[in-house]
Amino acid sequence: MTPQEEQFWAKIEAEEKIEPKDWMPDDYRKNLIRQISQHAHSEVIGMQPEGNWITRAPSLRRKAVLLSKVQDEAGHGLYLYSACETLGISRSEMIEQLQTGKAKYSSIFNYPTLTWADVGAIGWLVDGAAIVNQVSLQRTSYGPYSRGMIRICKEESFHQRQGYEAILALAKGSPDQKAMAQDALDRFYWPALMMFGPHDSESAHSQKSMQWKIKRETNDDLRQKFVDQTVKQIEVLGLEHPDKAIKWNEERGHYDSSDLNWDEFWSVINGNGHCNRQRIEHHVAAHDEGEWVRDAISAYNEKKRAKKAQNAA
Amino acid sequence: MTNITEKLELFEVFVRSKRGLDHKHVGSLHAEDHEQALEYARDCYTRRSEGVSIWVVKSSDICASQEDDADCFYDPSDDKPYRHATYYVLPDPVNNM
Repeated sequence: MTPQEEQFWAKIEAEEKIEPKDWMPDDYRKNLIRQISQHAHSEVIGMQPEGNWITRAPSLRRKAVLLSKVQDEAGHGLYLYSACETLGISRSEMIEQLQTGKAKYSSIFNYPTLTWADVGAIGWLVDGAAIVNQVSLQRTSYGPYSRGMIRICKEESFHQRQGYEAILALAKGSPDQKAMAQDALDRFYWPALMMFGPHDSESAHSQKSMQWKIKRETNDDLRQKFVDQTVKQIEVLGLEHPDKAIKWNEERGHYDSSDLNWDEFWSVINGNGHCNRQRIEHHVAAHDEGEWVRDAISAYNEKKRAKKAQNAA
Repeated sequence: MTNITEKLELFEVFVRSKRGLDHKHVGSLHAEDHEQALEYARDCYTRRSEGVSIWVVKSSDICASQEDDADCFYDPSDDKPYRHATYYVLPDPVNNM
């Protein structure tokens, strides 16, 4: 091991953070760029399924809440892009990788939001699963990523609570509303569990990431946490648990549950979910349609600079 | 694709959460000038009354010490333990001085 590598590993061992200007192995940098940019893209693409319902939210209050939540997601995207840029990749490179499919985003956002209840289910289950993951990532070994996670976790709790509240209102409502809540739960429960990624034994990056302390807990451990915490939440709603095999295991101190449909998981990851093409097309279109705004900003700034130079002369 | 973020300057953002506390680094953003950076920082980093004052500083204007050179850059006071309060052994009744 070179002295640089030794220093790096000493920091990792001692639970010290790696900071942007520190020497780091190329693979560590590459792995971080992959994970952080994927995380950033998820925040940004995640605005689409919910944004879909802003104009149709059932009340002004729900609309204001949803707007705030979607605005937060944009902010979270920015925190993460900024953290990723400290590793030496530019924003436009990352956006290009997203738009060309070279970089991925969480496959949960390839599922459509068919009813208003889906918006509640996303806040409750999807943000809920994201929080489990992100709380763990607050202890990640890369300083800027860790700080971004701490900031995001502070804001994210509102997302889950508003979602649960929206579902609760439906679950306690008319039979039709309750059925809508149940349907949303049935559709989003399984994809939410898939957000934690493949089994540890199948996960390409897990082992390395754990050694580097980029990841602090395994996919399966995090998924188990989410399974455990969700049982009570479903019960309070008075809805039926989508997993008929869910059962408390006294010995493990955890709930046992069914295995997931991994064919569906891989199929969505590989681009064949309901909305994969639509999500990227929309992102490209929004980016292209915003070009005149960026051009206008550049032109205005150019003008200001010229004026300043003239005044100085 | 217009690479606008490449044309824009990188700013570091510092927020004072409450009067009487220090400004603390919260993140960075791209902006054309200080004025725009302040507005972006307000929109992005103070959506929940996190701050009463914001500083924005061009990242390129920050002169930083190199952590790798820490050993020769700093003159640690390790050889001067008498600079620390714990160095002085006082009688118990007055030791919380």
